[in-house]
Amino acid sequence: MKDDRRSETIRYVTGALVSGVLTLLAFWVVMGPDLARPVRLWVLAGLGLAQIVVQLRCFLHIGWHSRREDLQLILFSLVLLGLMIGGTIWIMGSLAVRMH
Amino acid sequence: MTDPIFGRLDGSVTPFDDLFRNPSVNEAVASGAALAVILGVVAVVWMLTRHRLWAPLWRDWLTSADHKKIGIMYCVLAGVMLVRGVLEGVVMRTHQVTALDGGMLSADHFAQLFSTHGTIMIFFVATPLITGLINFAVPLQIGARDMAFPVLNQVSLGLTAAGAGLVMVSLVVGQFGTGGWTMYPPYTGATFSPGPGVDYWLWAIGISGIGSTLSGLNFAVTIYKMRCPGMTWLRMPMFTWTALCTAIMMVYAFPPLTVATAMLALDRYLDFHFFTNDLGGNMMHYANVFWMFGHPEVYIVVLPAYGVFSEISATFAAKRLYGYNSLVIATMAIAVISFCVWLHHFFTMGQGAPVNAAFGIATMIIAVPTGVKVYDWLATLYEGRIRMSVPIIYLAGFFILFVFGGLTGVILANPTIDYQVHNSQFLVAHFHNVLIRGTLFGIFAGIHYWFPKAFGFRLDETLARRAAWLWFAGFCLAFLPLYWLGLMGMPRRSASYDNPAFEPAMWLAFAGGLLVLAALATTVWTFVASIRNRAALACPVGDPWDGRTLEWSVPCPAPAFNFFATPSVRALDPLTIEKAEGTPYEEADGYEDIEMPRNTALGMILAVATGVMGFALVWWVWWLAALALVAVIGAVIARAFVEDTHQRIPADELRQAHLAFLRRVRQTRAVDRDDETGPANKGLARPEVPA
Amino acid sequence: MSGTAHPGLNLGAAHGKARDRSEKGAFGFWVFLMSDLIIFGILFATYIVMLPARAGGPGPETLFDLSSIGAQTALLLASSFTYGMASLSMKHGGRRAPVALWLALTGVLGAGFITLEMRDFIHMAGEGGVPSRSGWLSALWALVGLHGLHVAAGLLWIAVMLALLALRGLNDAVKSRLLLLGLYWHFLDLAWIGIFTIVFLGGMA
Repeated sequence: MKDDRRSETIRYVTGALVSGVLTLLAFWVVMGPDLARPVRLWVLAGLGLAQIVVQLRCFLHIGWHSRREDLQLILFSLVLLGLMIGGTIWIMGSLAVRMH
Repeated sequence: MTDPIFGRLDGSVTPFDDLFRNPSVNEAVASGAALAVILGVVAVVWMLTRHRLWAPLWRDWLTSADHKKIGIMYCVLAGVMLVRGVLEGVVMRTHQVTALDGGMLSADHFAQLFSTHGTIMIFFVATPLITGLINFAVPLQIGARDMAFPVLNQVSLGLTAAGAGLVMVSLVVGQFGTGGWTMYPPYTGATFSPGPGVDYWLWAIGISGIGSTLSGLNFAVTIYKMRCPGMTWLRMPMFTWTALCTAIMMVYAFPPLTVATAMLALDRYLDFHFFTNDLGGNMMHYANVFWMFGHPEVYIVVLPAYGVFSEISATFAAKRLYGYNSLVIATMAIAVISFCVWLHHFFTMGQGAPVNAAFGIATMIIAVPTGVKVYDWLATLYEGRIRMSVPIIYLAGFFILFVFGGLTGVILANPTIDYQVHNSQFLVAHFHNVLIRGTLFGIFAGIHYWFPKAFGFRLDETLARRAAWLWFAGFCLAFLPLYWLGLMGMPRRSASYDNPAFEPAMWLAFAGGLLVLAALATTVWTFVASIRNRAALACPVGDPWDGRTLEWSVPCPAPAFNFFATPSVRALDPLTIEKAEGTPYEEADGYEDIEMPRNTALGMILAVATGVMGFALVWWVWWLAALALVAVIGAVIARAFVEDTHQRIPADELRQAHLAFLRRVRQTRAVDRDDETGPANKGLARPEVPA
Repeated sequence: MSGTAHPGLNLGAAHGKARDRSEKGAFGFWVFLMSDLIIFGILFATYIVMLPARAGGPGPETLFDLSSIGAQTALLLASSFTYGMASLSMKHGGRRAPVALWLALTGVLGAGFITLEMRDFIHMAGEGGVPSRSGWLSALWALVGLHGLHVAAGLLWIAVMLALLALRGLNDAVKSRLLLLGLYWHFLDLAWIGIFTIVFLGGMA
């Protein structure tokens, strides 16, 4: 019981620290070095995704081994979300290009 | 400026006022409809008071958390709305036969009619009917005692009822929107539709849409978590499978609708610029978001009907369902692909050819799993001993007409052809063919099939058969001519036209409308006559159709706790196997104490509060809207402090009830399938084919 | 179907019924969150579609204050961590005082977030960045505002849970609800990661 508590506390601390570092990096990329806009955007996207994964893992306790159905649910949701957001950008982008 | 107390409500908002100032056929129709609503409410109130039914209504129905009662209430609500929707359809047909260079109604009134007709049929007939059927049947089919969240279930019903109520109120107070059931901006923005009509639509759809999302959540968790021992995924009845896919689609498809209505509301109320003509608004994005919901919605309402067809084809052909696994895969395929096709509703918007081609192809692909299903049902019937009872008549009608609708759908999926027939009567014919034959026929078949399980007696077979044929004939006549009109170039939603060549087909469709009206009357009469004759139609033992799934193993009507003892399942069609082995109706090994949810008024409180909130927002009565919102939040918080939410039913009570039921079974004479529609059918089946 | 209960949930085999109910509740709440995720997703898509729709109005350069966004991010991340501590003390300690304390701290941090966000909105409106100015601003206010509403609802929920803790102590029902609130609170942090990355940092990149 005691060990559980210790390891779980470490997990939350790790999650918070890694998230904090990723956040700082993201802000630094925008406020710090002189980079081209596309580079900044790609790095930002990578950092954001990484932080989401870290928080899912450390705060929400989603993993490959425990609670499979939650993971399946999240992955399925992400597929549909990707279809909706990707589809929207594709459709509305195509429309915008042809309207000009 | 609006009045601080009454908002924009004043004395001139009812149609009676217009009739008084400007008498015409148009105003007479509007006032007649409003009067019908008022008289209907008065009649119901009077009847309830006279027969002293208020208390039983409140105690046994409105505050009940029993999934079966909630399912029945969904169907009753949808039935009332169906009557209005059909009547509106007939009024529109009547208008259109007179619409050569004019018409009996004003164009604005006609636009309200097609807007309410579409809104009602999709959101307050099709959706609640399938929600009702799923509510009623799924827990029984999977051996559960209730939904995963019984009180949430009641709340969903309340929100749906609040939405339906708003649409009904719009007949009497003010007007409904004129933008069609999809309410495309910018026409429906504040600039071009400043009145309350669009707002009625917004709040009716917004409130009931949240209810549907929560229903989907409830169904999904119920099917995931509450199946009885032994019921693995591939032992679930087909209807439960379709219910699961529909539930998942509701969870993911209703949020886009919520967002679309919320954005339109922000545009209208707070001067946002999502869809306006000026300041960067992009009205095309509305179509995009709306149809992200709209297309899956078609499959949300049609999949459970497929499930009903699967159940009845196996039951009434006395054969195991052909191709169970392929049906499961096809159902899941349809559920996923239906999220990849939404653009085919606006091929003509102006995006590039590759986009159109991709969505066109995806649309055609979805016909493949649907085709698989039709062949599976045909193969189930093949070499079966088919009883031509009412559900099978609906199935036959579905086979013929749905394939029509499906094939024209594949035609429409081709963007180049769609450019020609887009927004024409061809489209109207197509989606009525698909939705009526798919959804409505399936639901009618399902209601006939499960009615005894709900009320303990069968529906009058002769009358129901007449109604089925009338619906079939009426819909043939009402919609097949529209394909022709569409190809001739007649646009949908035409308030009037100047081409006399349209008239003959319009008359045919009008005649179809009258037949549909006769079908509606016959259906209502079927219920009335069956209730009067219920003693002769009773089937208390619970298995009138030689059923195959768990719900037929319990009495009719099903007891509140569904099962005397938790069933356990070894294979598909558990009841058929037990009957073949001669082991149905046996005492259970052990009985357990169970906990059932207590009654609660939460659903009713939320229904009233959200309904009032919607009405107040429509009329800009801000203080009332705020008050209602506080009531909603307060009621939900107060519920968190209620501890005593369940009541215990002791094991012995269950055992005694079960023994009484088994005694009754032994005293009942089993009937052959040939006598199943006769008075001898007391619900004990003599199995026909040893499985 | 895995047997592991959710973190923070300490219902042993002896609590059969309560545990079943809690499992159903947690799964149902995940489904609800996924539905909510779609709502956020579509608002994100709308925001991206509306990016060019400035209509001559003010843009990110004049409206966004990255140091304030950084402070909000820090507050929300810290509140996620303190909620984690509340979960842990519920699971292992079983005494209500530490749980209530961590919960209250989470609420304070959340309230700080809301205060800063309101200040930003007021600042934006002062610069002419009101939602009625352009399609882009409409999308911005709707997306960020929806997240703010979620946080506000979360604060209300925390208050209700504190009341329940005071009245009832750490019983099974309260534990289950605290578990759901935890999922909700962490989910809000996930949505905020999307917002500060795409809207604020993306806008200033």
